[in-house]
Amino acid sequence: MTSIRADELTLGYGRKTVVEGLTLDVPDGATTVIIGGNGSGKSTLLLALGRLLVPSRGRVLLAGADIQRSPTREIARRLALLPQQPRTPEAMTVRQLVALGRHPYQSWLAQWSQRDERMVERAMQRADVADLADRVVDTLSGGQRQRVWIALAVAQDTPLLLLDEPISFLDPAHQLDVLDLLRTLNRETRKTVVMVLHDLNLAARYGDHIIGMRDGRIVAEGTPETVMTADNVRAIFDLVCRIVPDPCVGTPMCVPVGRAL
Amino acid sequence: MTTKAFGLLLAVICSALVSLAAGGHWLGPEAIWHALVMPEADNIDDLLIRGTRASRTLIALVAGASLAVAGGLIQTVTGNPLASPGILGINAGALLALVAGAGLLSLPLAGSGYVAALLGAGLTCGLVWLIAMQGAGRAGPLRLVLAGAALAALFNAISQALLVVDQQGLDAILVWMAGSVAGHSLTGVWPMLVGAVVVMALGVPFLRHLNVLSAGEQTARTVGARVRGLQAIALLATALLAGNAVAMAGSIAFVGLIVPHLARRLLGSDHRCWLPGAAALGAMLLLWGDIVARLVIAPREVPVGVAMTLIGVPFFIGLIRMTGRPHG
Ligand SMILES: Nc1ncnc2c1ncn2[C@@H]1O[C@H](COP(=O)(O)OP(=O)(O)O)[C@@H](O)[C@H]1O
Ligand SMILES: [Mg+2]
Repeated sequence: MTSIRADELTLGYGRKTVVEGLTLDVPDGATTVIIGGNGSGKSTLLLALGRLLVPSRGRVLLAGADIQRSPTREIARRLALLPQQPRTPEAMTVRQLVALGRHPYQSWLAQWSQRDERMVERAMQRADVADLADRVVDTLSGGQRQRVWIALAVAQDTPLLLLDEPISFLDPAHQLDVLDLLRTLNRETRKTVVMVLHDLNLAARYGDHIIGMRDGRIVAEGTPETVMTADNVRAIFDLVCRIVPDPCVGTPMCVPVGRAL
Repeated sequence: MTTKAFGLLLAVICSALVSLAAGGHWLGPEAIWHALVMPEADNIDDLLIRGTRASRTLIALVAGASLAVAGGLIQTVTGNPLASPGILGINAGALLALVAGAGLLSLPLAGSGYVAALLGAGLTCGLVWLIAMQGAGRAGPLRLVLAGAALAALFNAISQALLVVDQQGLDAILVWMAGSVAGHSLTGVWPMLVGAVVVMALGVPFLRHLNVLSAGEQTARTVGARVRGLQAIALLATALLAGNAVAMAGSIAFVGLIVPHLARRLLGSDHRCWLPGAAALGAMLLLWGDIVARLVIAPREVPVGVAMTLIGVPFFIGLIRMTGRPHG
């Protein structure tokens, strides 16, 4: 079991509190999509779930254990985190960066193995960066870089994936590629996926579970059908919209009308 | 990769042999072989090689390698390609300890001066770490650099004040500041030589972790690296290696800055390749610096720090021009 949950989380930076008393149960083996306006605390929450931000109050529990008290290497074998804006290292090639995903599996005794090699190659293929393998990451386009980071997370081969706006720099075709890849990982190997998306229609199409955030609080949570209502969209984004069924798959689709006054 | 490693090793050995041969009085291969394999107590050439040339060759090898590795480490830890060991205040701390030791306690520069310099370098490094780790927020590499720069300025000012007030031992200190690998006996320095080699050998299993660190703190943490611990280990190694080298061979600034760039350019960005490569290149650069230092105005010598900068700067400028920008 890899269940992750947040228990009365209070999060902030210095004196500034961003999230207060947030409790959240991430459904196991499902794809959860977090939506919300800029600055609503989505990235902050994801950093805390990924143990990179220490809560000022409350706990994140991974399989029942406090994530801040567990060895970080063990956690790295159970959850992969792709932050919103990872710093691109200078002078590292794509293959070197993706290979870091295998770091949690290595120790003084267990050195780089055939399996590590295979996982790296496969992750690069799945994220469609195999033909960039020997390029320096710093010289790639924004979208290519983003796919490299996704390959890194995939190479980590964890049962839980946390991704902050993983498709924000991608062209429409690659957006669907990445979302399909995540869906495949979710369906085939029961990986739990938590991601932040800004495209509401893709969120409804690919999410099993939607979380709507505003001002550091969860204002709506549930299936796409229950969350994606005109009232909820207005409550989350101050946006007036009409909800129609997606002509391809039938999930709710939001057609924006204008800003609520 | 193995060919490059082999080539580097061969080049280091050849350089060391030239260093044994070169000087006001040149010695041939036979003399070197004789001195190394079957020395005789009353053979002048043997005495020259075993007495002075072997010690300066070994010191140049080890100090050059130490400074290059220390420079590479500090560049990785701070993520700053312009960082060098001096940024931790090591040179300033060693200088202050030397000046204070000579001026206030009348310590001779040789022998106890070495210990004073090593202590000064180590204490300064520890102080920089403590200051950087103080206070609210996370102590990042930037704070380390700032604390080091501030302490270095302070210590240099105190050293200058002491030197102005009391000029005793000024000559020896000037020599130290310009850098020199000569004038030590092997019996005096072998513990430092062995110590440096041991520190480098112990560091080999950590090279893989340095790759993770160089991807940036956040990424390193997501893949399960213990970033603070790694940084502390890398800094400790930097302090030991650079402090040791500086105490032995004086204030030689250049190796730690440029050799890591050169090594990355030649060997790529994997620490398992380029950091050992930097050790070899650093050793070689200091050896050649010392050889040139002995020869340009023989029988007198110029300080090795000066000679090495004379060799290194044109070379480095060429490197930058050739490739656009230094490899970070
Ligand atoms: N490193 C930081 N230091 C201070 N404030 C921050 C930092 N990161 C985010 N914030 C603030 O926290 C709030 C939530 O930010 P974030 O979680 O990034 O929002 P979202 O991802 O939903 O757009 C914003 O008001 C933002 O300004
Ligand atoms: Mg965000």
